[in-house]
Amino acid sequence: MEKRTDKNLYTILFAVGMVVVVGSLLAFVAQSLKAKIDENKRIEKQQNILYAMGVNENDESSVSFIADEKVGEEFGKYIKKQIVITKGTNVQEDEKAYLISIKKEQTKAKDGEERRLPLFIGEKESKTYYIVPIRGKGLWDAVWAYVAMDENMVIQGAYFDHQGETAGLGANIKERYFMDDFIGENLLDASGKFAGVAISKSNGDPLNEDKTDNEVDAIAGATITGDGVAAMLKSDLKLYVPYFKNLKNN
Amino acid sequence: MGLLSKKDSKLILDPLADDNPITIQVLGICSALAITAQLKASIVMAISVIFVLGIGNVVISLIRNIIPSKIRIIVQLTVVAALVIIVDQVLKAYSYQLSKELGAFIGLIITNCIIMGRFEAFALGNGPWKSFLDGIGNALGYGLILIIVGFFRELLGSGTLLGFKVLGDPIAKTGLYSIGYENNGFMLLAPMALIIVGIIIWVQRSRNQALIEDE
Repeated sequence: MEKRTDKNLYTILFAVGMVVVVGSLLAFVAQSLKAKIDENKRIEKQQNILYAMGVNENDESSVSFIADEKVGEEFGKYIKKQIVITKGTNVQEDEKAYLISIKKEQTKAKDGEERRLPLFIGEKESKTYYIVPIRGKGLWDAVWAYVAMDENMVIQGAYFDHQGETAGLGANIKERYFMDDFIGENLLDASGKFAGVAISKSNGDPLNEDKTDNEVDAIAGATITGDGVAAMLKSDLKLYVPYFKNLKNN
Repeated sequence: MGLLSKKDSKLILDPLADDNPITIQVLGICSALAITAQLKASIVMAISVIFVLGIGNVVISLIRNIIPSKIRIIVQLTVVAALVIIVDQVLKAYSYQLSKELGAFIGLIITNCIIMGRFEAFALGNGPWKSFLDGIGNALGYGLILIIVGFFRELLGSGTLLGFKVLGDPIAKTGLYSIGYENNGFMLLAPMALIIVGIIIWVQRSRNQALIEDE
């Protein structure tokens, strides 16, 4: 005799029931944790932005952010203005600009829509920092960064992060010895044109003393991640050039 | 062990050594290669797998008599996937940094063959308590190997353990580095995990001759 659990109708009903039960369970879990997860993401963004402008708790070689519970307050203290740039030079203030998803904006641009460019203006020890979030592709998945510049587009600090680069190789873009190399690098070339910063394996400048060569030293074994970082710096930061030009003219 | 009968404690202890999922059953090798470049990731992966396999085995065992045999594998996959998503969400909510570091690997638990292997081989034919012990035992056996491999890869590859510089500073040339020691970058690549697993198998078999198959 055929077992009850072998019947087609039973199988179909079981499958439907299973989907309903598992689906509701997961929806419930996701809903109840959503607020906490969003909060974590917000804290992370604020920490990253502050890190780029040098507000962090680094010691000699560590990467340490402002503590979770303090970051909201510090963010309000150091970040004086958040703006969204459209059409190259149109500037609009927006207190929630730091929550803009760069990924979504890039997709928009691909579909031919206007891309909104967020920029955060920070002030520390009477020096002004212009911090910009950018995003690109590494070897396996997304890489992104927060780059702090002065009004001449000279990098003052940078924080890099990634989704899934190889541990010990590409993942080292978020180590100090890589990120700190960018400090002082000029994004413009000698003639004042935008050039970006290339990640070079052969620049003969491993200690990165030459700050006007538009190059930093690469990480061994992370060629594709490095190329991705350089491409991201070039394509995304270029969009901000009109804003900085305007800044100098005024 | 007073708490468990002799048979039950065998379910937990056997997979730790003589029936280890990685070194004897050769299951779960893929993740053992992928995530063991750092000790911390190994430990968290071990804990996550203990959770998923322990609960998953119980769930499958409880519904083993009502699962339609035609879609058995799909049902098992759904149970694992649901549990893994829960682990992922909880980590994101309560241990955000860690969940970022583990990234895609948490999702990869779904494809860990130990889990499907134990569902098929054990939970479908045994009661919930036994299945629970079997799940915990196998996950512990898996975790143990993961942690051993992670320990050596992080120590020899980066000169650190859990991020602490135990061998000195390679850039400032202190500690061991002052006498010319260098980190072995090779250790950070997946093939070296396979070699370490191979060495563990070798040690294990030379200690217990019964594990060696007859020619």
